[in-house]
Amino acid sequence: MATSTAPLLSLRRITKVFGEGDATVHALRGVDLDIDAGEFVAIMGTSGSGKSTAMNILGCLDVPTFGQYLVEGISVEALPADVLAALRNDRFGFVFQGFNLLPRTSAVDNVELPLIYANVSGRMRNERARRALADVGLSGRDRAHPNQLSGGQQQRVAIARALVNEPEVLLADEPTGNLDTRTSAEIMALMTALNRDRGITIVMVTHDVDIASHARRLVTFRDGIIVSDQSRAAA
Amino acid sequence: MRLVTTTKLALTALMRAKLRSLLTTLGVVIGVAAVIIMQSMGAGATALVTGELSGMGSNMLMLVPGATQGMGGASLGAPLFTPDDVDAIRRECPAIKYVSIMNVRSVRVVAGDENRSTNVYGVSPVYFDIRQWYPAMGRILTDEDDRQGAEVCVIGETNRIELFGSVDPLGAELRVHEMVCRVIGVLEPKGASTFGQDQDDLVLMPASTYARRIMGDDRIGVMMLSAVAEDRIDEAKAQVESLLRQRRRVLAGEDDDFTVRDMRELIAIMGRITGVLTSLLAGVAAISLLVGGIGIMNIMLVSVTERTREIGIRLAVGARTRDILAQFLVEAIVLSLLGGLIGLIIGVAGSFAASRMLDLPLALPHQAAVLAVGVSVLVGVLFGVFPARKAARLRPIEALRFE
Repeated sequence: MATSTAPLLSLRRITKVFGEGDATVHALRGVDLDIDAGEFVAIMGTSGSGKSTAMNILGCLDVPTFGQYLVEGISVEALPADVLAALRNDRFGFVFQGFNLLPRTSAVDNVELPLIYANVSGRMRNERARRALADVGLSGRDRAHPNQLSGGQQQRVAIARALVNEPEVLLADEPTGNLDTRTSAEIMALMTALNRDRGITIVMVTHDVDIASHARRLVTFRDGIIVSDQSRAAA
Repeated sequence: MRLVTTTKLALTALMRAKLRSLLTTLGVVIGVAAVIIMQSMGAGATALVTGELSGMGSNMLMLVPGATQGMGGASLGAPLFTPDDVDAIRRECPAIKYVSIMNVRSVRVVAGDENRSTNVYGVSPVYFDIRQWYPAMGRILTDEDDRQGAEVCVIGETNRIELFGSVDPLGAELRVHEMVCRVIGVLEPKGASTFGQDQDDLVLMPASTYARRIMGDDRIGVMMLSAVAEDRIDEAKAQVESLLRQRRRVLAGEDDDFTVRDMRELIAIMGRITGVLTSLLAGVAAISLLVGGIGIMNIMLVSVTERTREIGIRLAVGARTRDILAQFLVEAIVLSLLGGLIGLIIGVAGSFAASRMLDLPLALPHQAAVLAVGVSVLVGVLFGVFPARKAARLRPIEALRFE
């Protein structure tokens, strides 16, 4: 843990360019964003505003074209690939709009995945994965495969997978994008509880104002820059 | 990540995608099995031919009149050999063990109501030693028979069946030309020769009887000789050649007017023929291997879309490039080796079946088998690992979004 005053995550003058020549797209045009431990941040914006790109850079799934990204004050550009992998493994948990679960693989095996790469022993993996599934309200469905689960249940499995290695940050890219209103509300309640009770930092991309209202800080992107950044009382 | 975990991971992944695993394995199976069966058939045919030729006695020499012409033939018109030549060779060629006259003619033979055309041989009794032919019934010709010009004969299995059927042929009368001779023995069946000739379709009588009663002339068309040992064939050949040049008054500098042929030449010729056959089959096998390899490659490459997303997920949850590579390497090795093993089993079983059906000796091509398994595994591993390596080196988000 950082003892300095450095923010947990810090984007500095980040730009991201896709493509070349006429097809060039400037997804991010100089973004500065600091996120402290324990925050619940919603990133909003229309599609193409650059919010998902920023999210992917935050999670070390993508690298910026220019600019600096610091995790606890350490610049990640300089880090070797294996250290980035370790960072993704134990600092970040990801939740995607499309769930991204391994097909034909049971819930518990999906949840175990990060633990495999963290070198946790088999018995321990299974135990922790079951507990994580219980935490998201899916006890008893350990052996179910993704295609036997509803969308909300699949997203819970994904959240359990994101949480199983006890990360500091949960990064959620449109976590309710494929879910109906009621299921969305359940997922949001779960995420809010994780932030409130476990102190997990949450960064969530969404284009839905209702969903965003669960967060205490709202960052709005437009055309690759941040146009507003406001905090508010807890929902 | 430990090897055990990696292996478990790979095996689990294989079990999850059974059809894909099966198809990949199938490519290897077909390639390996095809190569083994093709090669074993080629090797079997070669073994059959060389085995049969050396079974004829590899220290055997054949002496025919006329100069050597190309691979087989000898020109006509040269004088035949005489009984004195036979005696001279016996006397003066220490590297020669046996000398036998072998005159032959196609003659119509009659036994009771049956008659057929067959090859009638006039041979010295040692002919049976040279050819290593043994009687199945009765006895073979003796020196006594030859000396007396006895009117007796030994017949082959085909003639026994065609002429006598279920009747006991021993002591029966067989009319050959104008002569009636008594059957004293039946040879063990030998089946068809390499060249497709029925080796049991013959009648053998003493050379003296043949000369007097069939030819009316004691000159000799062909002699079969055998060297005292296989490694003295060249010596034997040289002795016979120099003796005959002298006896037949061939002037120095002139070509021989006779030919001594040894079995090695024949084996060499047949070896060339079966060599062509084997290369042909090897070509077919190589194509099978290529097709199998392309099959493996295709299924590996096609599965990459799904696998790329899987790799993206694994990267996102913290897998390192080398973790991904290890998993895919183990997967590819397991599939390819499994395929190789099944291919090997099918190949060997197929070779057994082919040798049984085609009546060939079983000759398993060890080198070809190793090569086939090696190539298949190599192809499997290359095309299993390279796309995975490419995907594992993508940024996680690219792998995740791969369509």
